[in-house]
Amino acid sequence: MMRTLRPTFIGAALVGAALLGASVTAAPARAEEAPELPSVNWSFSGPFGTYDRAAAQRGFQIYNEVCSNCHSLKEAYYRDLIGIGLSMQQVKDIAASKRVPALDENGQPTERPALASDHFRAPFPNDLAARAANGGGLPPDLSVIVKAREGGPDYIYGILTGFVDPPAGFHLMPGLNYNTYFAGHQIAMPQPLRDGTVTYIDGTNNSIDQEAHDVVTFLSFIASPELEERHRMGIKVVLFLLFLTGLSYAVKRKLWANVHH
Amino acid sequence: MSATAHVPDHGSGPDGTKRDFLQLVALASAAVGAGAIIWPLVDSMNPSKDVLALSEIEVDIAPIPLGSGIIASWRGQPVFIRHRTETEIKEAQAAPLSEMRDPATDAERVKAGHEQWLITSAICTHLGCIPGGIKPTQPRGEFGGWFCPCHGSQYDTAARIRKGPAPRNLPLVPYAFLNDTKIKIG
Amino acid sequence: MVGLHHSDVKNPVLHWIDTRLPVVTMIQKEYGSFPTPKNFNYFWAFGGMAMVTLLLMIATGIFLAMSYTPHITMAFDSVERIMRDVNYGWLLRYAHENGASMFFIVVYVHMFRGLYYGSYKAPRELLWILGITIFLVMMATAFMGYVLPWGQMSFWAATVITNLFSAIPVIGEPIVQWLWGGFSVGNPTLNRFFSLHYLLPFVLFGLVFLHVAALHITGSNNPLGIEPKGPQDTLPFHPYYTVKDSVALCLFFLVFAVLVFFFPDLLGHSDNYIQANPLQTPPHIVPDWYFLPFYAILRAVPNKLGGIALMFASILILYALPWLDTCKVRSATFRPIYRIFFWVLVVTCLVLGVVGEQPPEGIWVPLGQVATAYYFFHFLILLPVLGKLERTLPLPESISQSVLGGGPLPTGAASKPMEKA
Repeated sequence: MMRTLRPTFIGAALVGAALLGASVTAAPARAEEAPELPSVNWSFSGPFGTYDRAAAQRGFQIYNEVCSNCHSLKEAYYRDLIGIGLSMQQVKDIAASKRVPALDENGQPTERPALASDHFRAPFPNDLAARAANGGGLPPDLSVIVKAREGGPDYIYGILTGFVDPPAGFHLMPGLNYNTYFAGHQIAMPQPLRDGTVTYIDGTNNSIDQEAHDVVTFLSFIASPELEERHRMGIKVVLFLLFLTGLSYAVKRKLWANVHH
Repeated sequence: MSATAHVPDHGSGPDGTKRDFLQLVALASAAVGAGAIIWPLVDSMNPSKDVLALSEIEVDIAPIPLGSGIIASWRGQPVFIRHRTETEIKEAQAAPLSEMRDPATDAERVKAGHEQWLITSAICTHLGCIPGGIKPTQPRGEFGGWFCPCHGSQYDTAARIRKGPAPRNLPLVPYAFLNDTKIKIG
Repeated sequence: MVGLHHSDVKNPVLHWIDTRLPVVTMIQKEYGSFPTPKNFNYFWAFGGMAMVTLLLMIATGIFLAMSYTPHITMAFDSVERIMRDVNYGWLLRYAHENGASMFFIVVYVHMFRGLYYGSYKAPRELLWILGITIFLVMMATAFMGYVLPWGQMSFWAATVITNLFSAIPVIGEPIVQWLWGGFSVGNPTLNRFFSLHYLLPFVLFGLVFLHVAALHITGSNNPLGIEPKGPQDTLPFHPYYTVKDSVALCLFFLVFAVLVFFFPDLLGHSDNYIQANPLQTPPHIVPDWYFLPFYAILRAVPNKLGGIALMFASILILYALPWLDTCKVRSATFRPIYRIFFWVLVVTCLVLGVVGEQPPEGIWVPLGQVATAYYFFHFLILLPVLGKLERTLPLPESISQSVLGGGPLPTGAASKPMEKA
């Protein structure tokens, strides 16, 4: 705050903008004690970040075997899996192993094998069915879950690894589970991942930390499939603009050289 | 074309009054016409027939556990149906009217013989949020009723405003008991 | 009586056009040789930046509209489709979303520049009034645009803001239902917001045209706040300021690009990636950052009508600013006391922004009230009184004299004040 008082207008304005920006992102919603989220080193953070393909593929395996029993991925298509390094044939095979609703020639509801161009199959036909099957709780859609939570991938990782026994004296509502990082600590989702929940195809150590890391990598990819293209283009654009800024400044200096101002 | 146009003089002479009146009537008629064009445009933004046609709903209240409640949807608006405990009813009845911003007795807020059922609009009278508190796990504020997360309005167990910026109690909605476990809203 | 315009344009095609519709002459006069004070600092580049941003918003918006569906069941999914499947859709969407933030940053700097250098004072009152009108229309446009992705914050911001009108006695309720087209924010609301969000930027464009036209009647203010006294005080707009503005514009795009490509969701709210749910209020509703100071003023009084009146007053008061500030000296450079209070106002606005972001409890409530009180004190009491009492510093003879360090005037520059062209 103090720096804004200095009448160096430009600096103050920039600091002001930064302060405003920071206040938007920094403040948590409630004054409630929110424990600090685990800080994970993600392959996709930073301006040069890309998705770790192997981790994302393992993460898909976890989504496929565990999460997809309750959570939909309604914005994503099977063809999107090409982005984590699967071949078209692999994608077609994965899709074909799922059955999605369709109509037969008499117009009656039936099922058919999914195609690469199909959306991920939803575990429940609608929200009411999802609630009914989950004791009234609605498992949220995971398409953009990483962007839809304050803290992003760290938060999702925290939730997945944050299931512990409630502290002494904590009154847990029936049907709910204690989670360190969930607001209010009472979460309807039972602990989904433990050591060895999945057996990785590639033989990677299946500790809960590894599983959580992998599935969050996959969900981050599903939430922002454009990230790698965005980062690549961003670097080019910034370099170009730096060049253009320098160039235009040189032109300006030359033009204004003879003006007293 | 002739360069000079004949300009008749207005308002003077024996015909003046009549011509002024004619102009006035013509202008007024034109204004009515313009209004007739504008009104359909404005009114097209008002609630349409399909929106207005949303009629009453029937709700089965038997499964609502004591101390908890549900949010029903009526005319696209949420409605609280809360199953009050004995303590909550007592608190609501004992609250002094003098301390209230929008005084109302508990008897005015519920139907006689069905005191355990509190049925109100779920829209905070401040700025239209849905206060928390319908489930016992949600914060209910100092008065045990509802706590609005938007701007901190607090309602008591008769959904009367007791603290915070909201000006009025949660509004009552028209409803009737069809039998002891079924109500009709609307 | 009727005749062709006398044109000096050499190119035969342009000459032919210019004699019939003198647009080339007009552009030459208004943007080419237009005499502009030669002592602008870079804060005078923000108006041009704002105009470029408006054009960018219109361009990206038109192409986004080609892929967007204004229906409550499809809006959220259609935005996700833009982000995932439409070629460069993510770029259009992120540029449009962050472009709104950049627009407000640039306009806020532009406005505070006007406050610091007294750009609103006679004879530029109408210029300022048009600017405030632009700001108001801009806020309405941004608000409606924020509703279109139909996330949780979209829906609840729309609910909270439209509900403001219900505070009006008697006719409040019918007005709100008329705005909604129903009994709550719903599909009719989304549809009309989309329609108006598409329309208003063109209204803005017209207002900006008037704003610039008014500017070109009075001429620009400058950091000294004194009128140019002759050609020695001015430069032709082109190439001097077109080039200088280009440098500023490049820096602007640099910041913009870093935001869009590397931190696209920094200024957004994560809850808006959750589809709107009318039956569930998010735990903490906040508007986009650029509305936060006004949101803090709204909540400063624990009375619905009072808060709303105060919020609207905080913007409308700016219309009266040219008459509230009684000091004849424009630039804060020569107003030592005003200069201090200017920075107090800046800090007050930042504090209001921070308060608007916080839940309305604890220290934030009195802090918001104090800041709100100062905001109104500044405009309603301080400025009228200070204008009468403040001892301003002596103004330089002319822009050139000040530039040359206050020495004796060169013979050429000592000419009589010229009539403004």
